[in-house]
Amino acid sequence: MKEILIRIDGKEVSAPAGSTILEVAKQQGIPIPTLCHLDGLSDIGACRMCIVDVGGKIVTSCTTKIAEGMEVITNSDRLAELRRLNLELIFAERNHVCSMCVSNNHCELQDLACDLGMQHVEVPYAYPRLSLDASHPKFIIDQNRCILCGRCVRVCAEVEGAHVWGIAGRGSEARVITELGIDWGDAEMCTDCGKCVQVCPTGAIVEKGKAAAEMEKHPELVTTLKERREND
Amino acid sequence: MNEVLKKYPSATREDLLDILHDIQESDPHHFLSDEVLTDVASHLGMDLADIKGTASFYSMFSFSPRGKHVIRICDSPPCQLLGATTVLQKLIEVLGVAVGETTSDGLFTLETSSCLGMCGVAPAMMIDNETYGNLTPSRIVEIIERIRREDETS
Repeated sequence: MKEILIRIDGKEVSAPAGSTILEVAKQQGIPIPTLCHLDGLSDIGACRMCIVDVGGKIVTSCTTKIAEGMEVITNSDRLAELRRLNLELIFAERNHVCSMCVSNNHCELQDLACDLGMQHVEVPYAYPRLSLDASHPKFIIDQNRCILCGRCVRVCAEVEGAHVWGIAGRGSEARVITELGIDWGDAEMCTDCGKCVQVCPTGAIVEKGKAAAEMEKHPELVTTLKERREND
Repeated sequence: MNEVLKKYPSATREDLLDILHDIQESDPHHFLSDEVLTDVASHLGMDLADIKGTASFYSMFSFSPRGKHVIRICDSPPCQLLGATTVLQKLIEVLGVAVGETTSDGLFTLETSSCLGMCGVAPAMMIDNETYGNLTPSRIVEIIERIRREDETS
């Protein structure tokens, strides 16, 4: 594999051609905040949290491949500002009320807000009244907590192979759907495996019977599963 | 299987939008039913959620039955400046329906549309694939009455 030389935060490093900026940063122990990315799933650059500066241009590090001589900055005042604003917009778009959420204290969105020092949300909240589908015997999808990261869509298609989830509509009308937008409990292709529950970073897809702060998830199980399959 | 799909024997996912337009056009109620979408999914070997996700991205596709004629009145700024709101009010009055609704005789569905590219003859609308520009409330009455007459005689 051809090695490519890039400069990341001033440090010269070489990595195999075809690597993404995020992969190289991880190998170098440089932290970049992510939300829709999960090791083992394909990258789609949906959440825009992993943005970095490449020669003054802002790009998503999870979907940008390295190129010879690339100059990458992973942290700056400008990046911090953009990431925080982006995070505030994600919070404002749906109803992320942590204290009432089954995923409180075990939520990747909440963790990011803490990590990035988000004290409050400056943009007005949209407060949409969205649906909650509890038709599945074991799980619930609450659209009010969904950030449209698309992890459920990818894990279902790429790891489970069931292809139940999708995203329908556009802009603020976009929603995750099961099959043609039918009730989850009626989705014939669903195998009830629960991988979508484990990878969902917020309290949007959860197990039934959990009270506030009781829903713990293990997205790393999917990463491990994918690694084992590849090593077989 | 839907008749339209026979015209696309070796179709791939790249043909999806053409197929959906074709089906919607040929449907008497100008919409895409769940049955049709399921047929298209199995014909193209695509997931149901993928088909619905793609189709629902485009405002020109409808998932509920519509009237025989679909009216799309432009609501972008150039048309607004030249009286689109008055024209729309006239349409609502003449048809007796709100935007997004179908007349009780099933003849018309009233919709708004983003720019139709006819700013030079604003305010503008489309009825099915026919374009109408320089609209005034009195022309609206004329146009709707003419279509109603034509429909009675046909």
